[in-house]
Amino acid sequence: MKNDIILLGHGSGGKLSHQLLDELIIPTLSQVARSEQNDAAVLEGIESKRIAFTTDSYVVDPIIFPGGNIGDLAINGTVNDLAMSGARPLAISVGLILEEGLLLEELREILEAMKLAADKAQVKIVTGDTKVVPRGKGDKIFINTSGIGVFDHDLKPVGSAAQPGDKVLINGSIGDHGMAVLASREGLELQSEIETDSAPLNAIVARLLEEHGAAIHVLRDPTRGGVATTLKEIALQSQVDICLAEEALPVNDAVAGACAILGLDPMFVANEGKLLVIVAADVADAALVTMQACEFGEQATMIGEVTEVSAGRVMMRTAIGGLRAIEMLAGEQLPRIC
Amino acid sequence: MKYGSEYRDPELAKALVAAIARDVEGFAGQMTLMEVCGTHTMSIYQHGIRSLLPAQVRLISGPGCPVCVTPIGYVDQAVAYARRPDTIITTFGDMIRVPGSTSNLQREKAQGADIRIVYSPLDALGIAEKNPDKSVVFLGVGFETTAPTVAGSLIEAEKRGLSNYYVLCAHKTMPTPMAALASDPELKVDGYICPAHVSAVIGSNAYQALVDDYAVPCVVTGFEPVDMLRGIQLLVRQVVAGEAKLECEYSRIVKPEGNRTAQAILERVFEPCDADWRGVGPIPASGLQLRAAYQKFNALSALPVEVEEPKEHEGCLCGEILKGKIGPKDCPLFRKACTPEYPVGACMVSSEGTCAAEYKYGNV
Ligand code: SF4
Repeated sequence: MKNDIILLGHGSGGKLSHQLLDELIIPTLSQVARSEQNDAAVLEGIESKRIAFTTDSYVVDPIIFPGGNIGDLAINGTVNDLAMSGARPLAISVGLILEEGLLLEELREILEAMKLAADKAQVKIVTGDTKVVPRGKGDKIFINTSGIGVFDHDLKPVGSAAQPGDKVLINGSIGDHGMAVLASREGLELQSEIETDSAPLNAIVARLLEEHGAAIHVLRDPTRGGVATTLKEIALQSQVDICLAEEALPVNDAVAGACAILGLDPMFVANEGKLLVIVAADVADAALVTMQACEFGEQATMIGEVTEVSAGRVMMRTAIGGLRAIEMLAGEQLPRIC
Repeated sequence: MKYGSEYRDPELAKALVAAIARDVEGFAGQMTLMEVCGTHTMSIYQHGIRSLLPAQVRLISGPGCPVCVTPIGYVDQAVAYARRPDTIITTFGDMIRVPGSTSNLQREKAQGADIRIVYSPLDALGIAEKNPDKSVVFLGVGFETTAPTVAGSLIEAEKRGLSNYYVLCAHKTMPTPMAALASDPELKVDGYICPAHVSAVIGSNAYQALVDDYAVPCVVTGFEPVDMLRGIQLLVRQVVAGEAKLECEYSRIVKPEGNRTAQAILERVFEPCDADWRGVGPIPASGLQLRAAYQKFNALSALPVEVEEPKEHEGCLCGEILKGKIGPKDCPLFRKACTPEYPVGACMVSSEGTCAAEYKYGNV
C-alpha cells in the first residue's frame, strides 16, 4: 500500500527521511542535486557591506485557507521582513516541523506554494531541516523561515524616522489575512469570500527606494496586531503623533461585515501583504504613483499623516468628525493567525 | 470605507452635531447624560462622539457592562468550579481575564483547568452532550439580551434529557439600577440614553415608570453614530425645555412592548431575585434566578464547591466608575498599575468596560 501520511520514521534520519527529502521536499523547493548537498549553504559573491537577517515561525491554524496556505505565508513573511529594512531578499532557510499523520498531499501543496512564492519574490531557498513529532505534540505543520538580504544602496528606512508633516501610505485594503483565516476556522460559519492578502512586497519596496530614496522614512508591514499596532509602534519609536482619516482607510466590505459580526476592529486584524510607507510630504503623491504601478500596489492610498512631535500617539479622525485614540492591543485578538 | 446604512452617514452625523450645538445655545447649565449599555459606551468612544459635543453636554457611563457589574465573588466561584475535577467551564470570552480575588480563569486554564470559550450557550450544551462523564458549567452573565439564550439552552437541555449541564447564574435586569442611580443626589443624571439591545427585549415601555417616578428624560436609541447623535439630541432638547418624557429613536428595532417571545422564555425559566451589583450594591428584584422546575440545572446547589473569601482589589475604583461618579482617568491606577495586559478590575477587561474603552480610544 502506498503511504500517504507522515510517519514518525520520516524524521528518523534513516531511509524514510531520505525518501521524503529526495522525492518530495528538495525537488519541490530547491532542485539542488544530491551531490551538491552539504551541511550548510554557501552564499557567494555578496558585495553588500550590510546584510539583513531575520527569522519567523509560522503556526497558523488552519494550515490551508482561502487564497493561500502556511507555505507561501512563511516565504512571503520572511521576504517582507527583509524588504522592510530596505534589503533585497537573497536566500531563505526552511525548517519544517511535521506532525505524525500529516497528509503527504497537504505537505506537497504547501511545499509547492512555498516554491511558487520564492520564485515570485526572486529569492532562493538554500537550506532547510525537517523534523517529525508524534501525533498530538504538534499541529500538522509548523514552519520556520530565516532569510538573508543584501543592500543595493545606503538607505536606512527605520521606525524612528517619521517626521511631522510626513504622509502615511498603504498599498491596499486592511484586515484581509486575519479575517480569511478566521472565517475558515471551524465553528465560525461565516459565509465569505475573503482571501488572504499574502504577497511579497520586495518589488514595491525596491521601486520606492530607487525612485524616492531618502524621502521614504519608514517601511513596515502591519502583520500581527494590524495597522493600528504597527502605527503605534512607529509613533512611539519616532516620538510623533500620527493622525488617520477613518474614511480613507480601505476595508473590503466582506471584511468589514465579518469584523462587525465578531466584534473585531479591522485596524487590529493581521495583514500579510500590506506595507505602510511613511514618506516626506513633498514626494507623497509621487510615491503613491510608484506604488500603484507595482503588482500588489494597485490599490495604494493615503490614509493619514504625521502631525507633530509628541510622546507617540495615534489618533483617528472618525467619519463623523470625532477624534479618538488608537492604542496597541492587549494580548492576542486572534491567536494563531500566522 | 463604505457605510452600511444611513445610520452611519457622515454628512447626516455632522448635521446632527451642528443641530445639537444650536439646541444648547444659551443653555447656561451643565447637563449629564448617562448611557447604561456597554455597546453605547464603545460607540461613543469609537466614533469620538464626546469630542463633538458642546461643553454643556457631559456623557457618563453607567452600569451597562454585564461583566463589570458582576461581583468579584462570582469570578471566585467560577474559579472554584474550574478547579473541580471532571468539570468543564464554558463561557463567553470576556469572562476569561476578569480578575477574581486571587486568580482568574485564564490562569486556571494555563494550569490545566478545562475552560472553553463559546459563542452561544447552545455550544455549551453540545459540549455537555459530548462529555457525558463531565459536569459542564456555563457562566450565565448578562442582561436581558443574553438571558433568553441561556433560558433557551435550559429548555433544550431538559428536552434532550441532559443531566450534566449547569448554569452559574448571575443574570441581571434593566432598568432597576437606573432607578437606583436616578435617586442619587450626588450624581444628578439629567437624562438616560437607554440601552439598545436590552430594550429590544424588554420594550421601551419598561422605562415609563422611571420617567414618571423620577422625572428623568429617557431616550431609547441605537448604537450607530447617527442613532447615538439623534438620541443625544432628543435628550438635550428635553433637558433644555425642562421636560421629562420617554422617547424612542430606535423604533425600527425596539417596540413599546418589546419581544414577547423572548420575554416568555425568560418568564418560563427565570424569576426575579435580589441581586448584588458591583459598585451600586444590592438592588431588590434586579436579578434573575432559576425557577424551581429548573433548579436541577443550578450549579450553585447541584455542585457545591468551597469558595475563597471575596476580596476587591485595593485601589480599584470600578464601583465608583460603574455609578458614573468618576471617570477612568480619576482612578490613580488607570494606565499605571491597571492596563489591559494587567487588569486590576473588570472594567479594564471587558470589551464593554469603561476603563478598557478609555484606555483604547481615549488618549486624544
Ligand atoms: S482603571 Fe483599573 S483599577 Fe481603576 S477603576 Fe478601572 S479597572 Fe479599576
